[in-house]
Amino acid sequence: MNRILLFIPLIMFIVMAAFLGGGIGRENKDVLPSPLIDKPFPQFILQQVEAEKQLTQSDLQGKPMLVNVWATWCPTCKAEHQFLNTLAAQGVRIIGINYKDDEDEAKVWLRDLGNPYEFNISDPKGKLGLELGVYGAPETFFVDGDGIIRAKHVGDLNQRVWQKYKGIFEQMKNHVEANVSEASSSIEGSK
Amino acid sequence: MAAEYGHIALLIALAFACVQSIVPLIGAQTNREWLMQYARPMALGQAVFLIVSFAALSYCFVVDDFSVAYVAHNSNSLLPTIFKFSAVWGAHEGSLLLWVLMLGLWGAAVAMFSRTLPLEMVARVLAVMGMVGVGFILFTVFTSNPFDRSLPSIPTDGADLNPLLQDFGLIVHPPTLYMGYVGFSVAFAFAIAALLGGRLDAAWARWSRPWTTAAWVFLTLGIALGSWWAYYELGWGGWWFWDPVENASLMPWLVGTALIHSLAVTEKRGVFKSWTVLLAIFAFSLSLLGTFLVRSGVLTSVHSFAADPERGVFILVLLGLCVGGSLTLYAFKAPTVSSAGKFKLLSRESFLLANNALLIVATLTILLGTLYPLIVDFISQEKLSVGSAWFNTMFVPLAAALTSLAGIGAMSRWKTMSGKLLIAQIAGSVMLAIFVAAVFPLVYAGEMNFKVAIGLFVATLLIAITFRDVWVKSKGQFRRLFKLTMSYWGMVFAHLGVAIMVIGVTVVSNFSVETALKMSPGETATLSGYDFKFAQAGTRQGPNYIADVGVFEVSQQGELVATLHAEKRRYKVKGSMMTEAAIDAGLFRDIYISMGEPLADGAWAMRLQVKAYMRWVWLGALFMSFGGLLAILDKRYRMRVKHA
Repeated sequence: MNRILLFIPLIMFIVMAAFLGGGIGRENKDVLPSPLIDKPFPQFILQQVEAEKQLTQSDLQGKPMLVNVWATWCPTCKAEHQFLNTLAAQGVRIIGINYKDDEDEAKVWLRDLGNPYEFNISDPKGKLGLELGVYGAPETFFVDGDGIIRAKHVGDLNQRVWQKYKGIFEQMKNHVEANVSEASSSIEGSK
Repeated sequence: MAAEYGHIALLIALAFACVQSIVPLIGAQTNREWLMQYARPMALGQAVFLIVSFAALSYCFVVDDFSVAYVAHNSNSLLPTIFKFSAVWGAHEGSLLLWVLMLGLWGAAVAMFSRTLPLEMVARVLAVMGMVGVGFILFTVFTSNPFDRSLPSIPTDGADLNPLLQDFGLIVHPPTLYMGYVGFSVAFAFAIAALLGGRLDAAWARWSRPWTTAAWVFLTLGIALGSWWAYYELGWGGWWFWDPVENASLMPWLVGTALIHSLAVTEKRGVFKSWTVLLAIFAFSLSLLGTFLVRSGVLTSVHSFAADPERGVFILVLLGLCVGGSLTLYAFKAPTVSSAGKFKLLSRESFLLANNALLIVATLTILLGTLYPLIVDFISQEKLSVGSAWFNTMFVPLAAALTSLAGIGAMSRWKTMSGKLLIAQIAGSVMLAIFVAAVFPLVYAGEMNFKVAIGLFVATLLIAITFRDVWVKSKGQFRRLFKLTMSYWGMVFAHLGVAIMVIGVTVVSNFSVETALKMSPGETATLSGYDFKFAQAGTRQGPNYIADVGVFEVSQQGELVATLHAEKRRYKVKGSMMTEAAIDAGLFRDIYISMGEPLADGAWAMRLQVKAYMRWVWLGALFMSFGGLLAILDKRYRMRVKHA
């Protein structure tokens, strides 16, 4: 037998490993850059899920927040929901976009599983989702106090993922606090 | 403190593994006995500390220590205690610790049951296992430490274990499967040790055989348990889905089966040496690939743990080092001389070669089907998955060919045999098989079914030839049955198991009936001669769930067969819904009822099934495992091998 032949398994493995390696990077959708990063949140006029109230992009200002795209038809959203409840309990401001969903089912969902959201934007036709470039649920946008999108995560939020984004969120918060303290110190100065 | 003790124990085990992988190997290469002596105590020490580490994590679960992040994510104070134990391996971190523990236990087993082996061999084998251990303990510690605390914000209660996993099947399925996966590391270590030491001989094959068979027995049981669990727990009566993770366990099983047969040839006839070594490397590599596929999230599957690219990279590097390294060693050191023993086209060697070829083609088919989505994604950026139709089309003919050859191969002779004699010997069995294949579908279903006929033909052929062979070998005398070797009986049982499983798979796939319908309490539906009466609907309070219960009275010709309780459970903590199917199991049919969605006016969507010969699928697996167990017990393996 020729020794060269004995190298065939090794070569086959290297080719396969290359595909597997390629697979890792590719599946890692959450690092996919969104063209919306550092852009203002898109304009919209939509109903609130919980109340007869009209909401616009100006409601997404003030305190830094997570804007979470969810739906009752999305099993991953269900898995994620508990963690959102935890975050909300820790004082993280979360706003929901109920994406291409039945409003009544959404209300039942919020009643049964708890409501971590400050309010929910109803997007039954998925128009806002389209503007945001949503291609699945759940997706989460990190929006700062000025209504600027700072980061985007595709897939569910959980403890591990949150560790990655915590820094960004803290930064957004500190930024606001810095502004406030700057403002207050200038008031002090003017006295 | 338990979590910290567990963490420290894991690190001590790592230190043991490091010494185990280096010192005995140096001893073996430089022929210093006192260095080789390190292998056994290190392997035992590693196992002890891994047991301590695993026990510590279990303790964290039992006492509801939710400051440990892994416990908080996978347990809950309401969870019944038994499930707190199984929750230990309910997610990525813990199941990896279980994996490492199993590796340690196999290492310890080799250290304890290798008195008849030359020290040099033991040193090399344990060193290779130590290396694998180092890799996986590092993986656990760096990317998936189950002992991490979530301080300072300790959750008041845990997020609960996935309800799918709160079940007896899941208590036993993963450990058994892992024992199989990891068990192939022993055969792998033997192969690498033989390559390193340059002695690929009959003795090496004989030492490898019981270990390989043991791993194979566990893997067989593990896969069967997984299939059984999916059948009763997922609630739609399926028992095999060609899911990537199932495929990941089937591939090492197929290669492991090929390896068992190839080792037999290498031991008895001294041929196929390079091939056998390659199979040993493949079997373990596919186990590692399975681990990679589950952990890295490159393929999505119902089994997938949270996808994490960082872990994926780590595992890929491990896979690269382990498989790439061993295949490089193989390329340089495998013997190129053509094997000494000669054999004719019609001989047992040829049949075993055909067995290996078919099994490897089947494995490659599954590998291609499993990885195809990745390849397509790579080339054209499209997302797709390969359906079960493709796997069935490819796999079923290969399995049929394999089954039909198994009996003939087992009764054929080494080196050469007469074709005429062979035909004369199997003629009766072939006739019987044709008869059964033609009559069974007609009697059972009243119509000819070609697929069933083929399945029945190959299975009956295998059974008939096997019985005939036992008759011939015992010369028709009862007391001579006990003179046959345990290895031989092992083969008989394993082959009968294959036939039983083939019958089960064929019949259940073709002759099962099902219906989905709306039923209100008091209504009766008829399916396949059984009357299903939806007697009443109620609710039941479980320890951590609330269930809607449907009570069914199943009767045949007015006679009550079974009273069944199907449930739809709602787990409180995660709010998830689970279907608990009600099953009346029987040797020739399973009655399977699952509740769907509640409809208006107290009616329910119901799914009724009568699954023919379902149990035969798992019965076959039990026969195979029992056969493997008999083969391991053959006293030949416990005799001291004369030094070659």
